[in-house]
Amino acid sequence: MKLSQYFLALLCPIILLSSCKKNTDEVVADTKSTFSIEFENQVNGSPLVLNTTTYKNAKGEDFKINVFKYYVSNIKLSKADGTTYLIPESYFLIDASKSESTNITLKDVPTGDYTKIEYTIGVDYARNFAGAQTGALDPINGMFWTWNSGYIFVKLEGTSPQSIAAGNTLTFHIGGVTDPNNTIRTFATEINAANPLRVRTDSKPNMHFIVNAAALFTGKTDVSFATLNITMGGANSVIVANNYANGLFRLDHIHN
Amino acid sequence: MLFLSIALMYACSKNEDEVTPEEKKITFSVPANFPAPVYNFEDNKLSNAGFALGKKLFYEARLSADKSVSCGSCHQQFAAFTQLDHKVSHGVNNCQGKRNTPPLFNLAWQKAFFWDGGVKNIETSPLNAITDACEMGTDIQTIIAFLKNTAPYPELFKQAYGSTEINSQLILKSIAQFTAVLVSGNSKYDKVMRKESGISFTSPELAGYNLFKEKCASCHAAPFFTDFSYRSNGLDLVSTDEGRSHITGVASDFGKFRVPTLRNIEYTSPYMHDGRFYSFDEVLEHYNSGVKASTNLDVQLKNGIPLNTTEKEQIKAFLKTLTDNEFIKNTLYSES
Ligand code: HEC
Ligand code: HEC
Repeated sequence: MKLSQYFLALLCPIILLSSCKKNTDEVVADTKSTFSIEFENQVNGSPLVLNTTTYKNAKGEDFKINVFKYYVSNIKLSKADGTTYLIPESYFLIDASKSESTNITLKDVPTGDYTKIEYTIGVDYARNFAGAQTGALDPINGMFWTWNSGYIFVKLEGTSPQSIAAGNTLTFHIGGVTDPNNTIRTFATEINAANPLRVRTDSKPNMHFIVNAAALFTGKTDVSFATLNITMGGANSVIVANNYANGLFRLDHIHN
Repeated sequence: MLFLSIALMYACSKNEDEVTPEEKKITFSVPANFPAPVYNFEDNKLSNAGFALGKKLFYEARLSADKSVSCGSCHQQFAAFTQLDHKVSHGVNNCQGKRNTPPLFNLAWQKAFFWDGGVKNIETSPLNAITDACEMGTDIQTIIAFLKNTAPYPELFKQAYGSTEINSQLILKSIAQFTAVLVSGNSKYDKVMRKESGISFTSPELAGYNLFKEKCASCHAAPFFTDFSYRSNGLDLVSTDEGRSHITGVASDFGKFRVPTLRNIEYTSPYMHDGRFYSFDEVLEHYNSGVKASTNLDVQLKNGIPLNTTEKEQIKAFLKTLTDNEFIKNTLYSES
């Protein structure tokens, strides 16, 4: 803390020199730093292990997961005073098979104490219809539909003995942005004011979220794999999106 | 400062002269009788090198799984970039697709692509063909690896984008430089509309034009000869292809397809989403006597469009004025 004040004191005249009109308050607001978010994939409290572990859905049906990928985008932070900061170009694809993808870093975030975070589960309307993209949105990632433009927001593939599809497969490709089958959902969570997300030039906090893959199948509507084992957009995708809208993510703790 | 900018201007213009001594600058030109385009190259700056790369990729058969099929195999220039004589597209391993290949021109004015409007951006419209098991049967990773290891592609990417880096975005953007530049607006019809000197309709063409305005233009609206809406023209009582409802999930869209353009229609046979008709005569006879009372039949067609023999001949004469030979024969668009 002390150190950072000294540092700021040092920094002030430099910034003042370069932009004469700004007062000191703004200078503080102008400093930027980094924080990270870890997404810990689980299934009903157990770690998510692809391909081998058997889990149960809310109907008591067994299932395994082979693929679990989802987009987190348009991350927005709010302070207690109500001011917000939308992190530009924040598009991330979390893939349970790629451990490096489960820890994301957000750079150039204005320093401050944030008490709320919200983000889109999926990709905003405009980018679904935009021209060729790169990075997380590159169609190479297998999350873009080529016959009906738009991104797969959440992809879960696996098997269940209850599934009547060939090979007992489960194919949940959730996406679609036009009514009545719009599956864009926003997740928001308050951060305990006693331990806010403290973004400082001298500290780079880490937020830790638990992600429950089983949330696709419970919440508003318990899904039975006997009747719903494949959806690629459309009304059934909306059922799944309504389930995971609130249950997929839970803020566990913050390391400041 | 002033001196500096003048010096820079001088340097720039000199440079350009050096790079392209006689090469014609590729431009995207909007015909005088067309509205403003939807795609305007804002995020994909048109350049000779970008266009040349896009064209080369378009004609590159080695991109497909069995190295036999390029974009140009299904989209043939002499057929206004559709596939001549194929009811439905014909891809790798002699696989037959489910729909008739649409022609490619004036795409920069389209807000949606494919017969059902499922694809929303010209840049992403090749993706389905690349990945479809029945079209090119490959994936972008394979294509990127191929291009990275095959001369002269790294060099061509460097010329177009300043780096030998090859990724899906640059591939798709360069292909769009080629496909979006394909503009067809120099048919006899266009020249008559623009009152270009010495060009006028013959009397059968004029009679056909008047009939067309009365009976067809409500859907096949000028200047694109489509209003880009989705409709059923009563081909089947129950369509085997869902059409538009596959995208919207709305029952009232079942069996509807995008109204196709009629430009260059003389060269784009066979006709309709499944390529069921081979000639103008079959098409006109469909409107005259073959319209089926499908559930979502367009109300304008509930009694068909009665046409006698003279009227049919006149409409045919008019439709041929929509042929743009300069476009079909433009060597700029040909495989070189
Ligand atoms: C096997 C044949 C085949 C190949 C190869 C092929 N296409 Fe197509 N293309 C089609 C068919 C069929 C459609 C219409 C699909 C539909 O409506 O469902 C189409 C549609 C399109 C469209 C949309 C046109 C419109 O008006 O809606 C574009 C653009 C296009 N293709 C570009 C390309 C490019 C670029 C390539 C090469 C990367 C390519 N195609 C390769 C058959 C093919
Ligand atoms: C109510 C709207 C409507 C009217 C009126 C109409 N059409 Fe069509 N037309 C369509 C639709 C929709 C299709 C595509 C149908 C399909 O493939 O399922 C089509 C297809 C065609 C095609 C095939 C084009 C191709 O590339 O496959 C031709 C040719 C054609 N129409 C000519 C005419 C003529 C000539 C008239 C007037 C006599 C006419 N149409 C009136 C809606 C209409």
